[in-house]
Amino acid sequence: MKSDVYAQPLNQKLVSRLRQVLEPRRVHTDAADIDLYKRDASNIEGRAGVVCFPTTTSEVQDIIRICAEFAQPFVARGSGTGLAGGATPLDGAVVISTAKMNRLISVDPINRTAWIEPGMLNLDLTREVAHFGLHFAPDPSSQQSCTIGGNVANNSGGPHCLADGVTSSHILACEVVLSDGSLVLLGGEEPEPIGLDLRGAFIGSEGMFGITTKICVRLMQNYSAVKTMLMDFTSVQAGAETVSAIIAAGMVPAALEMMDQLCLEAVEAYIHAGLPTDAAAALLVEVSGLPNAVNEETERISDIGRAHGARTIRVAQDEAERALLWKGRKTAFGAIARIKPNYYLHDTVVPRRKLNEVLQEVYRIASRHDLLVLNVFHAGDGNLHPLLVFDKREPGVMERVLAAGEEIIRVSVAAGGVLSGEHGIGLEKRDFMPLMFGPHDLEAQSAMRVAFDPLGIANPFKVLPSPSSCGDAHNIGEDMWV
Amino acid sequence: MGLDLSPFAELVGPADQGPIWLAGQQSRLTAPSLVRQVTAPSGIFDLQPDEMTVVCGAGTSIAELQDSLTAVGQYVNLSRSNSGSGTVGGALATGRSDIYRLGRGAIRDTLLQARYVNQDGQVVSAGGPTVKNVSGFDLCRLLVGSLGQLGFLGEVILRTRPIPQCSRWFMINEARPETVEAILRRVYRPASVLWDGRKVWFCIEGNSHDCDQTIQQLATDLDRPTEVSGPPNLDNFPFRQSMPPAQLVEFVLSHINQKTDQILVEAGVGIVHRQSPAEPRVADPTVELLHQRLLRQFNPTGRLNPGISLASGSTV
Repeated sequence: MKSDVYAQPLNQKLVSRLRQVLEPRRVHTDAADIDLYKRDASNIEGRAGVVCFPTTTSEVQDIIRICAEFAQPFVARGSGTGLAGGATPLDGAVVISTAKMNRLISVDPINRTAWIEPGMLNLDLTREVAHFGLHFAPDPSSQQSCTIGGNVANNSGGPHCLADGVTSSHILACEVVLSDGSLVLLGGEEPEPIGLDLRGAFIGSEGMFGITTKICVRLMQNYSAVKTMLMDFTSVQAGAETVSAIIAAGMVPAALEMMDQLCLEAVEAYIHAGLPTDAAAALLVEVSGLPNAVNEETERISDIGRAHGARTIRVAQDEAERALLWKGRKTAFGAIARIKPNYYLHDTVVPRRKLNEVLQEVYRIASRHDLLVLNVFHAGDGNLHPLLVFDKREPGVMERVLAAGEEIIRVSVAAGGVLSGEHGIGLEKRDFMPLMFGPHDLEAQSAMRVAFDPLGIANPFKVLPSPSSCGDAHNIGEDMWV
Repeated sequence: MGLDLSPFAELVGPADQGPIWLAGQQSRLTAPSLVRQVTAPSGIFDLQPDEMTVVCGAGTSIAELQDSLTAVGQYVNLSRSNSGSGTVGGALATGRSDIYRLGRGAIRDTLLQARYVNQDGQVVSAGGPTVKNVSGFDLCRLLVGSLGQLGFLGEVILRTRPIPQCSRWFMINEARPETVEAILRRVYRPASVLWDGRKVWFCIEGNSHDCDQTIQQLATDLDRPTEVSGPPNLDNFPFRQSMPPAQLVEFVLSHINQKTDQILVEAGVGIVHRQSPAEPRVADPTVELLHQRLLRQFNPTGRLNPGISLASGSTV
């Protein structure tokens, strides 16, 4: 929980230079202020040296030029909702907050694009364009508070990305300040910009290729019809097989989420939505589009559910009931606080057909480590989110949580899955990268990093394990809380 | 582990074996003379309808792949070349989406995982096998459209999609810009909208009853759309140009007033299909610098597909 290993004296010359290019009140060095920026929403703590609040692209360029001059690492930060330590500053890095760069710059409702600043909140964008009948498709559970810039950094997903794709599919261009302070437009409003897809490479680079200062997003038309249904099963296996059967039948619902029994119990105690607390698992399925397609798919999905033993199929009858069902899904983390005060949320992806097998192993792992585990996740794309709940005041519990977490990661990858579906690698899973990638694979990723950031100062020490990250070699301190 | 790519890697060989060209069906790019050629493995190795993924060799013909997918009610969003089918690797290496991009998305989102041979003759893996993955940097996006200059694709895992229940093309004569705008605004997620300045063709995909209702609703305000067998013949437009879609109307109106050749534009997307080549574009200097740095990292000797200009996509 401490980061003394990274402690370095604050470079007063650097601070002085920063205060020459930014109003002094937007350069924070007070210990109490910058302590708020020592971590993101993960439990991995670092230490910020200075926190800057630019309001324009040119100010971001100025800050980064100063960082380059002093060879000082910098970390971009949106709302700090990341869950893998990607925005955790190390070594007293300069934190560049995009919180004051949050404007909607322009909207083209015909071609369905918008230019925004990176600090704009995800849900704010959808609210701002709602009167055009449009929305921004990626909808992470943190969409009320996460920024689009953060979504770009993590290539974020969300429940409704099953049909429409994750962030990368919805970003046309990023204006980026590189680590030497130069400005470049990656991608563009035009569909085939010259050369390589630098835009695509930048998205999901977790702040290690530069900082985006303007973003062109693709907006989606709102649907005219939607149906949301909850079906429950007496076994996790039946629920998981239903997921595969729906996809195999040629349907890609807008969302296809699963909650297991412990999660259903916790959520029902929290929101009283009439959830089936005696079920082993429940699927929340949403179909959207034009009315005939929605009605037909709702019937077909219901038939598939019944064929796989669904006990009840509850189709929301109005918007209020639909909102209640989604509230159950989206407030699951709040509900879990009633069980234990702390949780560690994992994020792996497995092939859909392996869902049941891996979930059963997750239950066994939790049991072996004497931990409670709840599962609430994006079943449609195999994106597991096991929640290990615990009370950190209990002696030795963190060791058990960490050991169980590592086993969950290993089991997921061994089943043909991947390390992360939407939270990213950051610091949390950096040292697990060799589970998925061999030395040549990691060298190729390191080569991308070197091409974009030859100075190695854009959010260093993240994503790539030590041998692959050139001069970035660094280990998470033993006393850091991962 | 998937297909054993070591025979393919041995053919490519280490960096000191000189320039080498990855040849597909040569339907998109023509190999230069005097450069040693290799072909990528072909074949469909794993097709999982319930995962909506397919594993195949990069040398597999798109026609063969689509036929196999059709049998399970799915397709893969890869464009066939103008001259026919082409290979999976060729479609990915050129990275050009087809006329259905408006509704089906860009080709670059099709590639989930690539196993390729690098300039040192080593097998490298990028991306992951699942439909959702943010493990590490997105090297797959760089490989799509890289014209083989970052590595030679050997085996790929592609995202598949269900074949829509219906896919119907309609046409409206005497389509003014307002007509095109009305289609973009009022048709729910059209798969394609093509306009030549006089006529507009558009494709609606999905439920057949919804298609009927959409056309009925459009006909109340616009000239009644006529159902046609498909899009206009693109063979008449061998060249393409890319521009922001917001500029298309002005461009089209200006073009039909000043030029004699025809164009066909993808409304809402920004592709112009042309009978004559467009003026060459110039990359932003910083974009060019990033290209050079990446090429220095991935292909420092320039041996992989030599002589191709990333800027133009043509051999020079």
